[in-house]
Amino acid sequence: MSRRVFMKGNEAAAEGAICGGCRFFFGYPITPQNEIPEYMAKHMPEVGGTYVQAESELAAISMVFGAAAAGARAMTSSSSPGISLMQEGLSYLSGAEIPCVVINMVRGGPGLGNIATAQCDYFLATRGSGHGDSRSLVYAPSTVQELHDLTAEAFPIAEKYRTPVMILGEAILGQMMEAVDLRERRDPPEPTSFPWAIGGVRRERPPRIITSLYTRHEDLEAKNREMEARYDQARREEVRWDESGADDPQIAVVAYGVVARVCRTAIERAAARGVRARLFRPISLFPFPEAPLAALAERVEQVLVVEASLGQLVEDVRLSVEGRAPVSLLTRVGGVMITPEEVQDRLEAMSRGSVGGV
Amino acid sequence: MPETATAERRVFGRPQSLTDAPFTYCPGCTHGTIARIAAEAIDEMGLSDRALVIGSVGCSVWTYNFFNLDGIGAPHGRAPAMATGIKRVHPENLIFTIQGDGDLAAIGTAEVIHAAVRGEDITCLFVNNGVFGMTQGQMAPTTLLGQVTTTSPQGRTAEREGFPIPMSEMVALCPGAAYVTRVAVIDPPTVREAKRAIRTAFECQMAGRGFSLVELLSICPTHWGKSPQEAVQRVRDEVLQVYPLGVLRSPPAGTSTDGTAAEE
Repeated sequence: MSRRVFMKGNEAAAEGAICGGCRFFFGYPITPQNEIPEYMAKHMPEVGGTYVQAESELAAISMVFGAAAAGARAMTSSSSPGISLMQEGLSYLSGAEIPCVVINMVRGGPGLGNIATAQCDYFLATRGSGHGDSRSLVYAPSTVQELHDLTAEAFPIAEKYRTPVMILGEAILGQMMEAVDLRERRDPPEPTSFPWAIGGVRRERPPRIITSLYTRHEDLEAKNREMEARYDQARREEVRWDESGADDPQIAVVAYGVVARVCRTAIERAAARGVRARLFRPISLFPFPEAPLAALAERVEQVLVVEASLGQLVEDVRLSVEGRAPVSLLTRVGGVMITPEEVQDRLEAMSRGSVGGV
Repeated sequence: MPETATAERRVFGRPQSLTDAPFTYCPGCTHGTIARIAAEAIDEMGLSDRALVIGSVGCSVWTYNFFNLDGIGAPHGRAPAMATGIKRVHPENLIFTIQGDGDLAAIGTAEVIHAAVRGEDITCLFVNNGVFGMTQGQMAPTTLLGQVTTTSPQGRTAEREGFPIPMSEMVALCPGAAYVTRVAVIDPPTVREAKRAIRTAFECQMAGRGFSLVELLSICPTHWGKSPQEAVQRVRDEVLQVYPLGVLRSPPAGTSTDGTAAEE
């Protein structure tokens, strides 16, 4: 029996993690994600879990590294400036092939920026997992329900690929309240059940070593190639996206997260004015849904990318579309939420031919 | 009763908790001594199937290869945070870090202080040789005034480079710290004392009494530009004047300090 509740996004994410078997949370306060560590501090004891407040994001991600290396389902959460600090640990986790989950509730930047909604960490999330040739799998929910579900599902995915999984939310998603069907709280696997995990009483088991250090060049290349193979597997098996709108579209609108919901409203309103547009919403940002977007691009005259960053998502769109249709960009940044009217105006202008792709 | 000429009794050997991997330390370095006495303490306590070593960044980076234990490498300075994560999952484990002064007393200052304040049941073995060794002998927070290094080529001055850090004294102020001591590994008496200190720290941890730190004054003949004998003499003449040996925070009652397990 699911529990239907009215809940804030950040709390739904935290409850999703508990439902997904997370039992170790290491947090550090930063707005706009404070409800996640607060929820964990309050509710982890109900499932015999552990909440530790770290002295910094550097320490928090290193605690996650330790707990996850010991076989626990462990996670942390932060917002943009804190995620910058976590890049160190994410790189080590990637290199040591240790699964974990990290939530980034993105705020305006760069620097201290502000605490309002933004998508400006798209590159930070999708272009690597700290230094080195590393990746996190990245998922971008657009509703509180999807945030809850993806956070729960992130743990087994992280274990399948032995890599960090990042939930990339926008500040507004963490702060909004919506109805959610909560999942059952599931117990995690035994920490000692993983064949790579350290810790516990070994008895006859030979010692295990977890490291990201490979001083022989050929050894590191081999390790890099192993990781490449897993990223390629993720490209085949973990791509997620959603489409809605016109079945015979002139325009494909590409947007993710809450911005995609604004676009859906704009597309519905523009349809009443005769504009045939179709929303393409990537859910997995890495791996990016390249093939399905390319297929859609074959069927449209133009592609419009709408994002709350200065042209980050548009790079993946162009790499996917590969010239099949002209691609143009509409952005609001700095914490400003784009409105349906702005998107609708652009769609109608594109439909009239007064604004083209570039 | 005639003695059998062929009878042999093994009086010395490699501790069970060490592998047969050759140490990668420079000739004359005392890092290997520290690994050995830590392994001996683990063997004596019967914890070789539940001890876990955390290597750091610097000369201790390959630490996990030398111990016949589960091991993991931490990012620079973060070993106490990583130890926290592991210990929270497996409180039954004996978890210790081996960290140099460039690691624990510079980039890792926050992590060690806060692990101590939280009273984490972990042990940090803090190897103080006054330089960044692995990176070829740059100034460390523990470099003495007047000491010449590759990044204090005129000799460290208080005005230009600041003072040597009293790291263990700072940790000893923390209420969650159960046992903080400074020992040396420069001759047989100090090595014996160092081993007793490590064992006391491990016993504190396994008794759940809180955080423990053992600072081990070490030598770096390579980057001090001295023979091992000269380096040992420098510790006696100069280092001990700034970093005197002794217990900085005593273990709580009920924890032995003589290398024998405490009665619970």
